Amino acid sequence: MPRQETSVGFFSKIWDFFASVRLTIVLLLTLAATSIIGTLIPQNEDPAAYFKAFGQFFYRLFNILGLYDMYHSWWFQTLLILLTTNIIICSLDRLSANRRILFIRHPSFRLSRFRSIKNKAEFTVDEDPEQLQATCSNFVSRRFGHHMLEKTGNGFAVFGEKGRWTRFGVYAVHLSVVILLIGGLVGSIFGFDGFVNIAEGESARVIHLRNTHKTVTLDFAIRCDDFNVSFYETGAPKEYRSSLTILEKGREVIKKDIIVNDPLRYRGISLYQSSYGKIAPDGAILGFTSRKTGMIYRRKAVIGQTVVLPEKLGTFVLKEFRHAADFKGHNIGEAFVGALTRDKDPAMQIVLPLRFPSFDKMRRGEVFIAVIDPLARYYTGLQVNKDPGVGIVYAGFILMIVGCYVTFFMSHQQICIEVDKGDKATRVTVAGTANKNKLGMQVRIAKIAQRLGSQARQA
Amino acid sequence: MNSSSILSITTFVYALAGFCYIFAWVFKKTAANKVATWVAIVGLAGNTAGIIMRWMESYQMGYGHAPFSNLYESLVFFAWTIVVLYLFIQFKYGNRVVGAFVTPLAFLALAYASLSPNISDRIQPLIPALKSNWLIAHVIACFIGYSAFAIAFGVSCMYLVKQRKTGRQSSLLNYLPEAGVLDELTHQLIMIGFLFLSAGIITGAVWANSAWGRYWGWDPKETWSLITWFVYASLLHARMVRGWRGKRIAVLSVIGFAAVLFTYFGVNLLPGLHSYGAL
Ligand code: HEM
Repeated sequence: MPRQETSVGFFSKIWDFFASVRLTIVLLLTLAATSIIGTLIPQNEDPAAYFKAFGQFFYRLFNILGLYDMYHSWWFQTLLILLTTNIIICSLDRLSANRRILFIRHPSFRLSRFRSIKNKAEFTVDEDPEQLQATCSNFVSRRFGHHMLEKTGNGFAVFGEKGRWTRFGVYAVHLSVVILLIGGLVGSIFGFDGFVNIAEGESARVIHLRNTHKTVTLDFAIRCDDFNVSFYETGAPKEYRSSLTILEKGREVIKKDIIVNDPLRYRGISLYQSSYGKIAPDGAILGFTSRKTGMIYRRKAVIGQTVVLPEKLGTFVLKEFRHAADFKGHNIGEAFVGALTRDKDPAMQIVLPLRFPSFDKMRRGEVFIAVIDPLARYYTGLQVNKDPGVGIVYAGFILMIVGCYVTFFMSHQQICIEVDKGDKATRVTVAGTANKNKLGMQVRIAKIAQRLGSQARQA
Repeated sequence: MNSSSILSITTFVYALAGFCYIFAWVFKKTAANKVATWVAIVGLAGNTAGIIMRWMESYQMGYGHAPFSNLYESLVFFAWTIVVLYLFIQFKYGNRVVGAFVTPLAFLALAYASLSPNISDRIQPLIPALKSNWLIAHVIACFIGYSAFAIAFGVSCMYLVKQRKTGRQSSLLNYLPEAGVLDELTHQLIMIGFLFLSAGIITGAVWANSAWGRYWGWDPKETWSLITWFVYASLLHARMVRGWRGKRIAVLSVIGFAAVLFTYFGVNLLPGLHSYGAL
């Protein structure tokens, strides 16, 4: 049936296309070259900024090519999918082509093959082959996993092999690449990447996602009990520390201080220290100086609460905090605004700029008020992530390193020690093969011959 | 005497070692080769002492961190790994001509660290993001990988020089190792480099995940290390499966090392770069 033939032909053509290492090299070099673009054009910035930088034509062109989020563009993802297909098909192809080398329990040995190896080590001894049999046999069985003895015309041969499994190293590396990509995919489908700012003392459960305007509501609430930042003498930041509490239905479940590099993980969600900022204080330590007695009274004032002053100086209420207070048309910066009430007088508005501590002296009142310590409050900026793919990715990491080590530095080795009775003496020949590092194997064969020679003479 | 001055002196010792290796090669003086090796060992001792002293100085200053935290310290460590790996190869393979191509690289790394006005040799306290053991593992793995690639680059250059002039058997080139040996050595070095670059990228990813909650973010430095990794992966496949040897492998090895250098230095020239400054 010609039809079937063409479809089989088509299938095998596709298979061959994806099994080819030429494709691999093309794909790897293309990925390398195209990846450069995304490092030249800053990614995920504001469209307006791109428009300004590139002008209308290139802005449009780059937009169509997805260069503003290049690594997630359709064509880059296609390259990755092609590479994955390439790895999988190529590995399957090789596994089946090499199955006779890879999947055998009891390897067989052919003496003729070892006889034809050029690099051999030889020596002669006086003993008869029978006397050497135990020594040779033990020697090989101690160093090689598999060994076998074969009688020959006038002597014997001992075969040994080890490290057949190391041939799987390459497949482990390839599998690890596939596992990494799967892990990344799982993360991007089932995970999220967001942030939340929480003021000290407050709690939150709504997370803003990055690069979108969506939000996610958590099953639990995060409370920020405290935030601290410390600095070195040089002014460089030393540590950012947030004391967090996880609340389940209002009940405290976990308390932990997080710092950069030490996140809090709870129910598959990780909270990372990522930024911080100041928010308007809700109170201050104030100093009230009485003009009559010169006494200074320190009081803590919280916005909205009344402070009763001694010496019948009246009552004071802190009303609000302004980031840019105005005084007679001038911006005097951050300031508290409060109201002072004395006896039956109407309340008087008092402005307390943080930058000018003796500002209130100008009023020449019975009491002079100054801010001793604005009770600064911080918010902590948390990166909130869920990535169920991380475990898979880490498994891929381990497999990749182990696989690379096995592939590069271990090999499948076979040796053959042939002992032959000659006319005058017994000839011992050591020959060996390895699938990698053949130079190293030559050196090893020479060493084995030397050792064996000295053991044989002792025996 | 502090670590910076020891390292400045070491720079000149490496220059002297490079000079001796080149002298030995050009004038075929085996004695000079022995001297060169000893000079390189002295340089290595100075380099080691410099690193250890810098470590202790950072504790005396109250910062207390391993000396792998900024460009200066990484260059010093880069020079150290290049020389350690080179001496290892020299003792293993017994060929010293490679030294003429490799010790100058260690000299350049240290000279750049000590002399460039853009690189501060002050010991700085660690900002929060850098306080991680993964970072130490990351830097060590990356620089072992980079130095293996650097030596592979040196060997590939020798190979290319040797290949170009085989017709006119110049005596200088005869003195270089066999082309086959150079090719084999390049391959061995690139396998070491690839293993450690992979480990470097992986430890970097684990570190990024503990600091920022993402193991991969396509920032320029990460992307360039991946580009480098792709280049060397294609080299390994070309050699292993398509049987490329000699010149084409040497050219790919040179391209790979250019990618290493760009990952290391060039990324700072790119627009809109992330910095650790944010946190
Ligand atoms: C980023 C992706 C890849 C990585 C990291 C990778 C890694 C490796 C490594 C480390 C080796 C061992 C090389 C050596 O022994 O010197 C190797 C060999 C090989 N790779 Fe890949 N590889 C990748 C993709 C692919 C793809 C897509 C194919 C599909 C054609 C492929 C086919 C092969 C083959 C056929 C071998 C030789 C195996 C053998 O010795 O029989 N690789 N790969």
